Amino acid sequence: MTQIPGLAEEHTSTPLSSSQSITLRIAKYNPVHDTEKKFMEFNIPYEKWTTVLEAILEVKKHFDHSVAVRFSCRQATCGSCGMIINGKPRLACFTKISELNSNIITVEPMNNFPIIRDLAVKFERLFDTHHKVKPYIIRDDTEITSDTKEFLQSPEELEQYIQFSNCIKCGLCNSACPTMATDSSFVGPQALAQAYRYVADSRDKGKDTRLKIIDESHGIWRCHFAGSCSQVCPKGVDPAMGIQLLRGYMLGFKS
Amino acid sequence: MRESIIMKIHYGSALAAVGLVAVHILMRLTQGYAESLEYANVIRNYHFLPYAGMLEIILILLSIHGFIGLRVILLELKQGRIYEKVISYSCFIAMIGLITYGTRTIIMVNMG
Repeated sequence: MTQIPGLAEEHTSTPLSSSQSITLRIAKYNPVHDTEKKFMEFNIPYEKWTTVLEAILEVKKHFDHSVAVRFSCRQATCGSCGMIINGKPRLACFTKISELNSNIITVEPMNNFPIIRDLAVKFERLFDTHHKVKPYIIRDDTEITSDTKEFLQSPEELEQYIQFSNCIKCGLCNSACPTMATDSSFVGPQALAQAYRYVADSRDKGKDTRLKIIDESHGIWRCHFAGSCSQVCPKGVDPAMGIQLLRGYMLGFKS
Repeated sequence: MRESIIMKIHYGSALAAVGLVAVHILMRLTQGYAESLEYANVIRNYHFLPYAGMLEIILILLSIHGFIGLRVILLELKQGRIYEKVISYSCFIAMIGLITYGTRTIIMVNMG
């Protein structure tokens, strides 16, 4: 067999071996020809540091390579591997098997997202709503044209929004949101938290534009403050608080 | 109307209604609770103009609050431009209808 120069050769590794093992249940569903989700079970050995993503990749490598899963960085930075693990939305790369305290681990695709196949879901709606709230600083002048050359911020001003800039767009908050489950037009906690991130930024001048965008019948007012978005965020962002603070702007308590 | 204005009316009507309904309930304590609900006493309340006025305001506030709430629930149930318009206008018409019917009752009893 000829080897294409420049491409790394794929090595077949030996399966993980450990004294401990769990049953990994993976949801299999193809919307093209399946009517309902089916679960396939695999017995996977694990170490105390093995993550759920590693277990899924073990299945792909040695048992069933057809399992569809999206992943990239493996360090909770890219936000690709969000899924429902034992009933809760989590990042597969950021969830250790040992911390789940269960011999059976069930992985399913995220709720409130259309399924592409198995564990992979479509992110179009999340990106559309994210884009809709204008997630960038709006102002007429720039640091290049301004005499000051930079827009200074005090630590207090930075603190107003800094946690919201940690969002990695993994979609776990949207998956956990009960309003997203019933209202297909709802903007969602991810986009609303990002709207707050820029509204609260002292350098931004687009507050009125942004508040107008989210002040519609399926905008900010449809949030029931269940708080599940904040509970599942792997980066410690608190979208529920951001939404309440945004409401403060809209009700005239903040300016 | 912007959604934020609708929601301000929703919250405002709830707060005002809580205050007035509290007065309404406290009025039951001016005499025995069962006695206050006797036919003659209820009619007397309607004949007392300030009290009848307060009942009218409570009717308006609760109708506004209730129908905005109903609209919100129905908007979450299903989506679509035409559906939303139908729901918004239907709720508004139903609210006017309820207020009109309630006002008619208060006026008729008040006048005798």
